[in-house]
Amino acid sequence: MAEQNSGIGISIRNLYKIFGSNPEDYIDAVKGGMTKAELNEKHNHVLGLKDINIDMPGGGIQVVMGLSGSGKSTLIRHINRLIDPTAGEVIVGDEDVVKMNEAQLREFRRHKTAMVFQKFALLPHRTVLENAVYGLEIQGLPREEQEKQARRWISRVGLDGFEDNYPNQLSGGMQQRVGLARALTNDAPILLMDEAFSALDPLIRMDMQSVLLDLQKEIRKTVVFITHDLDEALRLGDRIAILRDGEVVQQGTKQEIVLRPADEYISSFVREVNRGRVISVDMVMAPLSGEPKGMPIKTGTVLEVAAKRMTDSNVPEAHVTDASGTVIGKLAINEVISAMVTPVDHESAAA
Amino acid sequence: MDWFTKFPAMDTDRLTALKKAIDLGFRNFTRAYGDVFETALYPVQWFMYRVEQLLTQSPWPLVILAFALIAWLASRSWKITAGVVVTLLLIGYFDMWDDTMKTIAMTVVATIMAIILGIPIGILMGRSNRVQSVLNPILDVMQTMPSFVYLIPVVMLLGIGRVPGLIAVMVYAIPPIIRLTNLGIRLVDKDVLEAADAFGSSNWQRLKNVQMPLALPTIMAGVNQTIMMALAMVVVASMIGVQGLGLPVLKAIANQYFTLGVFNGLAIVGIAIIFDRTSQAYGKRLQKHLEVVHG
Repeated sequence: MAEQNSGIGISIRNLYKIFGSNPEDYIDAVKGGMTKAELNEKHNHVLGLKDINIDMPGGGIQVVMGLSGSGKSTLIRHINRLIDPTAGEVIVGDEDVVKMNEAQLREFRRHKTAMVFQKFALLPHRTVLENAVYGLEIQGLPREEQEKQARRWISRVGLDGFEDNYPNQLSGGMQQRVGLARALTNDAPILLMDEAFSALDPLIRMDMQSVLLDLQKEIRKTVVFITHDLDEALRLGDRIAILRDGEVVQQGTKQEIVLRPADEYISSFVREVNRGRVISVDMVMAPLSGEPKGMPIKTGTVLEVAAKRMTDSNVPEAHVTDASGTVIGKLAINEVISAMVTPVDHESAAA
Repeated sequence: MDWFTKFPAMDTDRLTALKKAIDLGFRNFTRAYGDVFETALYPVQWFMYRVEQLLTQSPWPLVILAFALIAWLASRSWKITAGVVVTLLLIGYFDMWDDTMKTIAMTVVATIMAIILGIPIGILMGRSNRVQSVLNPILDVMQTMPSFVYLIPVVMLLGIGRVPGLIAVMVYAIPPIIRLTNLGIRLVDKDVLEAADAFGSSNWQRLKNVQMPLALPTIMAGVNQTIMMALAMVVVASMIGVQGLGLPVLKAIANQYFTLGVFNGLAIVGIAIIFDRTSQAYGKRLQKHLEVVHG
């Protein structure tokens, strides 16, 4: 359990994936700068991932965002090697997944990772309970232990009383809860979620996001979450990497992405974001000069909440305090509001 | 222009020599290995004999009861169970009981053997494109070759009687179970397979937990087809001394006994329907999890 609290970090280094009949033949050319279009037109190979470098700290939620065809699902499948890379390393903890042999890889998948899928991928001939125990059954644990764990997680994701139902009898949202329970029952330190909530309707998706965030406070697993939805990315991600055409275009915290979008592509996403709910007061506060004025606001509070509290109490200024109550900066209402309403593009962000 | 109007075939002497050479080769083969095959097939013969003995020598009410029980367990349907009992009673009343039991014994043993051999072959085929491309043409030949033709080598190798008949029936009946096992394995949802892999399933666990259960409805359709093919072959097999309902039919053809032919033919139809409905109902029950769909 101690291991779980600190979490196992994942580090992806110089990862390349070329799809086609002879990917090895073109890896040097791609490393030397051959473009995706050239590789596709002249050699009929598809460049899936190009020079991916992402460090995912243990115990946090790393979101990988991108539109369809950006390579995000390919990327997550490299972490448990459902797809073999053409070149590069995937270091999980202190092991390179790419170098594992078949038996090692099987052990790694059984004990280190669990996965949740976009289309749920439940076993249709098994009940909810029988689905949830799958990972432990594969590991060969005693049946009693399997069921004890599974029942706990089934209950934790809110499926009490559905243990003996078949997946077909459940709604999409409930099926994905089964998918989540199956992954959590496996009790692996790494949770891979491939567009896990994308197939659900918006309300249920919000609901599932809350379930995940709630659980994460307790389990502190290393979560890799794939999505095409920026709102979802900002809601869940401690860190976000944005993929386009198989390349990482930007990675960082959500605030960094919203405040300093790296290029036009990302600005176009970010423009639609409710900035008041993403940016925290820490990003707009000025260094404290003189006595702290107005009301105290905790570090990490998002702008929307800060603005609401300041206007409610009708004060133009406030000061930001850290967890211990020490004052770390000052805040003016006009700066808060301007940060909420100014759309940032990558040029002004750079300025 | 002679070659234009008449096909330039191989000249008769050479053709005869070729046929003779092949025949001689095969005859030598049967002389050398006939005993080996016979010994190897001894357990099959024993099993076949036992099943036939059990069915023909048990008191008929017990046999009907046993069939009714099997039909009930497989289908859980009163209609099908009643149909089985009535059909068997009628067959008995028209004095075809012994022949029918012999035919059922042959069909059951041939089907069991086809399942034992066919499912593993189908699995291999489903897992490898190479195996599939090798086996597919062989299965095509097995299914299109007139069934009388492969009675010949079987008789040369094993003589006449139950076992050669059984082999001939099985060869004729095995393609559907192989093909449908292959199809069932290939149709398993890729996403579910990926999930099984992601949780670290070994090949065997993948097969046992995912591929076989999900392919089972398709495999059951194959079993059903295999039973039907085996029944169809029983009449042909009577030409090489297989006893049962086929023999009276053969006799009826030779002597133009219309009623004898029709009665025995109808008995075959009757047991075909019994087998078909029961095995289909069983296959459907296996898919129970698919029936109730969230609305």
